Amino acid sequence: MDVGDPVVKLENVRKQYGSFIAVHQADFAIGRGEFFAMLGPSGCGKTTTLKMIAGFEQPTAGQVFLEGEDVSHTPPHKRNVNTVFQQYALFPHMSVFDNVAFGPRSKKLPEAEVKSRVGEMLDVVRLGEFAQRRPAQLSGGQQQRVALARALVNYPSALLLDEPLAALDLKLREAMQIELKRIQREVGITFVFVTHDQGEALTMSDRIAVMSEGRVEQVGAPVDIYARPETLFVAGFIGSANLLPGTIVSSDGGGTRVLLLDGTEVIVAAGNSASSAALSQGNQVTVMLRPEQVVLGGEGAMKVFVTDTVFQGSSVRVVGRTSNDTEVSAIVPAGTSVKAPSAGETVSMHWHASAPYVLEGWPETAGSTSTNVDSIEAAL
Amino acid sequence: MRRALDTKQKVGRWAINGVAGAAMAYLFAPVFVIVLFSFNNPEGKFNIVWSGFTLKNWANPFSHPELTDALVVSLQVAFFSTLIATLLGTCIALALSRYRFKGSGAVNLFLVLPLTSPEVVLGSSLATLFIARGVSFGIVTVIIAHVMFQVSFVAVTLRARIRGFDWSLEQAAMDLGATPRRAFWKVTFPLILPGVLAAALLSFALSIDDFIITFFNAGSLVTFPLQIFGASRVAIPPQINVLATMLLMGSIAIMVVGLIIESRRRRLNTGSERKR
Repeated sequence: MDVGDPVVKLENVRKQYGSFIAVHQADFAIGRGEFFAMLGPSGCGKTTTLKMIAGFEQPTAGQVFLEGEDVSHTPPHKRNVNTVFQQYALFPHMSVFDNVAFGPRSKKLPEAEVKSRVGEMLDVVRLGEFAQRRPAQLSGGQQQRVALARALVNYPSALLLDEPLAALDLKLREAMQIELKRIQREVGITFVFVTHDQGEALTMSDRIAVMSEGRVEQVGAPVDIYARPETLFVAGFIGSANLLPGTIVSSDGGGTRVLLLDGTEVIVAAGNSASSAALSQGNQVTVMLRPEQVVLGGEGAMKVFVTDTVFQGSSVRVVGRTSNDTEVSAIVPAGTSVKAPSAGETVSMHWHASAPYVLEGWPETAGSTSTNVDSIEAAL
Repeated sequence: MRRALDTKQKVGRWAINGVAGAAMAYLFAPVFVIVLFSFNNPEGKFNIVWSGFTLKNWANPFSHPELTDALVVSLQVAFFSTLIATLLGTCIALALSRYRFKGSGAVNLFLVLPLTSPEVVLGSSLATLFIARGVSFGIVTVIIAHVMFQVSFVAVTLRARIRGFDWSLEQAAMDLGATPRRAFWKVTFPLILPGVLAAALLSFALSIDDFIITFFNAGSLVTFPLQIFGASRVAIPPQINVLATMLLMGSIAIMVVGLIIESRRRRLNTGSERKR
């Protein structure tokens, strides 16, 4: 995807520790004023990538550009980016004011300007009255905001945040999500945000880079990543998804017909496929159906044996198995006339014609029931 | 049953207090005697029998110039050796706790050696080295000898103190545009300073106090312990006790000030215990 005015740009960046490849080939750009998330499970290379942007790590190969300038081997104190560390790394022996003033003073700004800048930034994070306190005298959320102010006061090209909300409890985390968005709008600085929490990434970011095992799986807007995942990993990692393995029976302008392992035939509307998926007959593919897209009850081709129902307040999550033991789930709104089935029942599952989406390949767990594969083979 | 247990506990508590008290007495009785005998009015040259209270020793603490001179020499030696040893030891402790480098295991081993080898061995082998190299004994050789064992004490105690230091603070400083030098002086150094001072204090005391290693390397130089040892066969003036008591009070004063500063800092830096 092209970004008009990239602030940060990674070109084929690779990071290797001995024989271990932490980042394979990161290649994306982050635009001015964007709220950009790097999302993935722990060990996927997102923090290493962030450190290469900050300058704490240097790429083994490839280049990092900042405002168009190659900074791949520039030390951190000469890069105009600032980091909010996971544990904040506030200086315990300095007051809040001196913490925030550390950056401007390092750049030898006149003390009068330091004072006005720090005051202004403490107001942005709403900590004006705490200027003379020590970090240890503040709550976790307040410390977090000091860390933000300390970084933002330097007007960096990009602000890097390493799992900034991980240390906070749930309520505070939700409040800080909103607070972070507000601060970002107010200062207009590019935020690059590392998280393993997909909910956080979806609600806060303009764009997300989903990473897994050192590879960037997909870069895109939350809506696209959720609705049109490029890979099975993205489909499974973002939100919850029913991933139903099958084989293509036929494909033409009208859509693609897929025979699932449990014997159900699904018609996928034209265009509802990952761009990488090859839709020729006989190919192994996976049909994705989001739980909120499926409806239980009535007459439908797919039979689901309900194993569990989980009340979630506004909705009920129904978990079940298809006849070939693929786990599926459905969201049934609570408090409506539609009654959720109970465990032990066998119900039909159906969906709107536009819902199915097809991806290349099978999930790792699929195909273990070889008898089903044989029966499909026979059916073809 | 319950009563029996209570009695048992009582006896146990009594025993613990008794043993602890005895241990304290064992540790502090000699110190107490030294302070007490600085007020003694001895008959003859040996201040070893209590023969009446007087303040005249305290009125003339410097009446034995050879004692006073020796004390001044000891203070000079301790000052310079502590300065050098603290500087070197701090660098070693920082390097060892911060980096894993080739040979860091060997450095670790060599650090512990001076702490575990007998002083007679250290002192005599160093003296042999000086003689073989044709170095004449004096204040310089004594300072070198003291630095040799002080470095180990400084490095080992400081390394224990800065274990668990959050090095991401230094990263944060550099991230904010500080050069590595500024990051060290503004962030790391102020945070490890209490540990450095404590280590320096310890090594200062060790230097003032050292006899064996000094004895081998002093030549004609006379430090306070050497003077007392040499004079003790002909005279033990109460001024020894007076000067020793002064030293004792000096180090207690430094320790108390250190503790006060430390606890104030800690209160500020860690805050009151906060409930999450």
